[in-house]
Amino acid sequence: MGLIKKSRAKSPWIMHFDNSSCNGCDIEVLACLTPLYDVERFGIVNMGNPKHADVLLITGPVNMRTARVLKNLYEQVANPKMVIAVGTCASSGGVFHNCYNVLGGVDKVIPVDVYIPGCAARPEAIIDGVVMALQSLTEQRHLWVTCPHCQTEHEVTDQRWRI
Amino acid sequence: MRGDLEMNQLILVIATIVLAPIVGGLLFGIDRRITARLQGRFGPPILQPFYDILKLLGKDSIAVSKMQFVWIYAYLVLMIASLLCLVLQSDFLVLVFLLGFAGVALVLGGFSTKSPYSHFGANRELLQILAYEPVLLLLAIAIYAQNGTFLISEIVAHEQPLLLPLWPLFIAVLYVLTIKMRKSPFDISTSHHAHQEIVKGITTEYSGPFLALYHLAEWYEIVLVLGVVVLFWANPLWIGLLIAFAAFLLELVVDNIAARMTARWMVRLSWSVGLTLGILNVAYLYIIKGVF
Repeated sequence: MGLIKKSRAKSPWIMHFDNSSCNGCDIEVLACLTPLYDVERFGIVNMGNPKHADVLLITGPVNMRTARVLKNLYEQVANPKMVIAVGTCASSGGVFHNCYNVLGGVDKVIPVDVYIPGCAARPEAIIDGVVMALQSLTEQRHLWVTCPHCQTEHEVTDQRWRI
Repeated sequence: MRGDLEMNQLILVIATIVLAPIVGGLLFGIDRRITARLQGRFGPPILQPFYDILKLLGKDSIAVSKMQFVWIYAYLVLMIASLLCLVLQSDFLVLVFLLGFAGVALVLGGFSTKSPYSHFGANRELLQILAYEPVLLLLAIAIYAQNGTFLISEIVAHEQPLLLPLWPLFIAVLYVLTIKMRKSPFDISTSHHAHQEIVKGITTEYSGPFLALYHLAEWYEIVLVLGVVVLFWANPLWIGLLIAFAAFLLELVVDNIAARMTARWMVRLSWSVGLTLGILNVAYLYIIKGVF
C-alpha cells in the first residue's frame, strides 16, 4: 500500500524515554516541540503512550534498572517501529562508559535504527535523525524475516546508520 | 424513521457515510493549523489527520481485551446511526439517545481493560455525558414545545428559525459543543494536546487500527454536533452552516485562551448555567403557548 507507506513518513508519533540521562538531551528533545523548531509541521507529535507511538526517542546510557523498563516499552510499541538513540550516552555510554551500573548504549538492550551523537544532541540533529529513520521506513531498510524455529516474523535491522 | 427507505434517501445515507469523515478530518486539520498559528507555530498540513489515520490503519494492533474492540466498533456504528438520524431528518429524541449510547459504548470500552489510566478516562467520559446529556434532552423538549413534534423534518420545514425563540438553549448547546469536541476548558476525558497527561486515559489501551477507528468516530461526532448547531437556523440552510462554522472557530479560540478545569467544575457549570437556561427556555415556551 503506497498510501499507507507515504502516510507513515508524514505522521511519525514519537515517544521520548529517559534512561538515566543527565537531562541535557531531554531538554533538546523538548526544544524540538517549541515554536522555534516546531516539529509538528512534519506531523511529529510527542506521545506519552508507547501503544500510540511509532518512533522511540531514547536518551541516556542504559543502566541495570532502566534496561527492563526500556525493553518493556519497546515491546509495547506496535509494529512497524523505529528506535533512535539520542546523544552520545545513548549511542555508546558516553562519559558513563564502563561505570559499574551502566550497560553503555541503547543497542545493548534493543535494536537501534539511528544514532544521533552529541553532548547534548542539537535539536537540528534530532530532527535530521527522525527524518533519516523515516527514510528507512519508506525505503524498507528494515527486513522482516520469518524465523525457521518459531514461525513468527522478526525484525532485522540490516543497516545501522550514523549521522 | 418514516416509511420505507427511498432511493434518494439511500444515496443520502451513502453520501453521509463517505463525506462526513472527509469533512470531519478537514475540520480537525483546520483546527490543528489554527491552534498552531495561535501558539506562534507554523503547524502541520491541513491533511495531517488523514495521514495520521492512514498510518494507524497500517500498524499492528495489540490486543489487551477483545471486548474493547467490540465497544469501539459500537461507538463508531452508533455515532454513524446518530448522524444518519440527523441527515434523514428523523426523530431528534432518537438522535439524542443514540448519541448517549455511543458515549456509553466508549465508556464501556474504557472499562473493559485493566489499565487504571483507561478506567480514569472512562470515569471522566461518564462525567462528560452527565454534563451534556440533560442539556440535549432539554433541547429536544424545547423543540417539541415549539413545533409540537420531535421530527427534524418539521424543524427544517419551518420558516421561522429555532434560534430566535431558543436562544438561551443555543448558548447551552455551545457549552455542549465544547464538551463534545473535547476542547479546553472541558477537555476532561481526552484532549487533542496533552498527550502525556492522564486526560488521554480513555485511549490508552487502543493501538493501531483501533485507535484509527476511535479517531474516525470522533470525526463523525464533530460533524454531528455541528449539525445540531445547524438545526438552529435550518431554513435557509446556508445561514445554519455559517453559524456552525462560526461556532467551530469560536471553540478554537476558547480552546486556546482557556486552561483545563476540573471535571467537577465542568458538571457544576454545565448544570447550573446550561440547565437553568434550558429550563427557563422550556418554561417560557410552554407559558407562551399556554399548554399549562
